[in-house]
Amino acid sequence: MILARVVGNIVATRKDPRLEGRKLLILQPVSPEGKPEGSYAVAVDTVTAGNRELVLAVSGSSARMAEGCKDAPLDLAIVGIVDEVSLDDPPQAK
Amino acid sequence: MQLGRVVGRVWCTVKSPALEAQRLLIVQPVTPELENTGRRLICLDAVGTGTGELIYWCRGKESSFPFLPREVPADATVVGIIDEVHVDRRLS
Amino acid sequence: MLIGRVVGDVVATQKHASHEGQKLLLVQPLELDGSNRGVPVVAVDSADAGVGDRVLLVMEGFSAMTSVGRPESPIDFAVLGVIDQVELFS
Repeated sequence: MILARVVGNIVATRKDPRLEGRKLLILQPVSPEGKPEGSYAVAVDTVTAGNRELVLAVSGSSARMAEGCKDAPLDLAIVGIVDEVSLDDPPQAK
Repeated sequence: MQLGRVVGRVWCTVKSPALEAQRLLIVQPVTPELENTGRRLICLDAVGTGTGELIYWCRGKESSFPFLPREVPADATVVGIIDEVHVDRRLS
Repeated sequence: MLIGRVVGDVVATQKHASHEGQKLLLVQPLELDGSNRGVPVVAVDSADAGVGDRVLLVMEGFSAMTSVGRPESPIDFAVLGVIDQVELFS
């Protein structure tokens, strides 16, 4: 799973019927320290995440195991809103 | 499966009901020489690991299998705690 | 999923039988600023998209296959929707 920040949303009227009523959010993956890592991705929201929130997202075919996503066409689902990240990472060249 | 080290944890109050009671670990993938390699990621925990431990983890749909019959949306799960790693570089 | 722009289509006479009758689009994945992200990919169309449309591109096998009703077909990319609007939070 990845940590990411919600940075936008997408509206599409004409889409796969299995995505009807789903909120599509744009995510920027971030490091545990909150720094942007890599490029954006579009995810289906299952936890009513909001603008700029730090979230947990599950990718690949496992994304379909998220709440209410069975048989839906998606490769990334938001499954949690992060309260706290604790890190005990010894300083080492990344 | 890949080698990694548990370097932290994540807490979510609002989450998918299927993630209820699951521990979320931050894992840094490492090489057999235990050097960091690649980005850290969030894994579920199938073996009861703690911070600092050397572990191995699997990715993909298979990573949800330890929790069956519960359908847990996992794409990466810690599935073993490593005691020792032996490497013979003459073989690689 | 990614945002993409339909930049063309692909016609193939000789192809896997399960691809018969499918519209194949050439889709350029985009960054959020609209610049290109990598090279264009071939995706099946399940949203009746056309050249120039901004689309929702899924990159996972099952989702792609089932979007065009071909669950056992060698398909890894599909256009799932035509995007009306993208809003970026500041």
